[in-house]
Amino acid sequence: MRTYEDWVIEAEARGLKISEVVYQNEMESLQQSEQELFQRMLKNLNVMRESVAVGLSGERRSLSGLVGGDAAKVEARRKTGESLLGKQLSGLIARALAVAEVNACMGRIVAAPTAGSCGVIPAVLLTVEETRQISERELLLALFSAAGLGMIIAERANVSGAEGGCQAEIGSAAAMAAAAAVELAGGTPRQTADAAAIAMKSMLGLVCDPVGGLVEVPCVKRNATGATIALAAAEMALSGVKSAIPIDEVIDAMGEIGRQMPCALKETAQGGLAVTPTGRRIQADFL
Amino acid sequence: MGRSNVFDLLGPIMVGPSSSHTAGAVRLGEMARKILGEEPLEGTISLHGSFAKTGKGHGTDLALIAGLLGMAPDDEQIPEAIKLAKERGLNFSFKIADLGDVHPNTVNFELRGKTGSHAQVVGSSIGGGTIVIREINGFQVEIRGDYPTLVILHQDLPGLVAQVTLLLATAQINIARMLVSREKRGAQALMVLEIDEKIDDGVLVLMRRLPNVFQVLAIAPLE
Repeated sequence: MRTYEDWVIEAEARGLKISEVVYQNEMESLQQSEQELFQRMLKNLNVMRESVAVGLSGERRSLSGLVGGDAAKVEARRKTGESLLGKQLSGLIARALAVAEVNACMGRIVAAPTAGSCGVIPAVLLTVEETRQISERELLLALFSAAGLGMIIAERANVSGAEGGCQAEIGSAAAMAAAAAVELAGGTPRQTADAAAIAMKSMLGLVCDPVGGLVEVPCVKRNATGATIALAAAEMALSGVKSAIPIDEVIDAMGEIGRQMPCALKETAQGGLAVTPTGRRIQADFL
Repeated sequence: MGRSNVFDLLGPIMVGPSSSHTAGAVRLGEMARKILGEEPLEGTISLHGSFAKTGKGHGTDLALIAGLLGMAPDDEQIPEAIKLAKERGLNFSFKIADLGDVHPNTVNFELRGKTGSHAQVVGSSIGGGTIVIREINGFQVEIRGDYPTLVILHQDLPGLVAQVTLLLATAQINIARMLVSREKRGAQALMVLEIDEKIDDGVLVLMRRLPNVFQVLAIAPLE
């Protein structure tokens, strides 16, 4: 089984970014040119941008009526300059909510790594883009590094709420986003590993307990909190903070916790928030 | 989960809300349509497990029909699929079923096509929009839709696999994965070959002319 550590060592030895190691490997295994791979990734980036814009407009509502319009609220407050978190973090939250809302409303998004966790990576990367001089190529590279870590997670554990709980979806997205943010901010390959490990450790054990089994409550808001964890982890790693447990072992722990997690807490809507009195009432009203 | 590529982890581009219950469901519909080999005119769609329990809120019904209509997971008309099917005069019905010891997100299609062809297809959406077809017309298969795929119904006889693979070898077509199964010894059998290159129509014609080969289906990979 592949390890992220091998990529860190290879990147350090060859003086490359993680993303460069990843896309060079993918050229080989997908038998596609660099240009083809970057074209495909650009499509993802464009849909990410589009879903942020659609979500911030706040016009759509989900099938159940539970979701829609919150991204626009956060964006409106951010524009007043009153935000408790400042412009950057409130923007991060608005973008993550925006994409997750578009998803809940049957709009078009990029699964990253899943639809339920689609808001984290675009929110983190487009927020870093807002505050720094970053080229489109650098953004695409960051997406390759996020996807590369995701491949390792999918191989060693999983990225599915039904198999591993929310830690496997938004936890994985936060780890992928943290690694990509570090690379985008000029961090080292080693620092991407630390950021990913710190982010994933912060979400271990998180269950998947959606009300009515829908990708709405609590999924949409967890995209926003997952994105903030990703940026916090990136900030720590860029400052030189290390993760005591290496990323590959954190991933293995996540996989193991997922196996130990009871079925009621893995996307079956039979436990947690789904069976609270209010959760049951919402489900009864809709289904 | 086995080995994946970067676009499995960032992607697909899809209409929400769920990669397994929406995008995967569209792909299952697409594959069922490809296996039928023509536009389905009518069908019964049986939902199992989580598909049955939470399908409505995920638009799983809309997604499965969108796939049967030939839409891809990123088609923004997916929310309109049931309406569009009605407008085209297509008749699909849903029921809830226990399909046994299968993945929670599993569906059984019973389809009839425009020219009267029939297909029964069981498939599962196994996470992140990835799907696997488990059964075709009662035969166990494993098709993920990531390679051009040949499904060959034939008599269970010695040498038939060799004749088929010889045709592929002559056409310089490499086999990625292969699976053979049969009803019982000497009865009808099914061969599933996932191949690296798109197959030429000429090779298909030769394959269909082989004695004791009843049906050859060439399925293009999903997007």
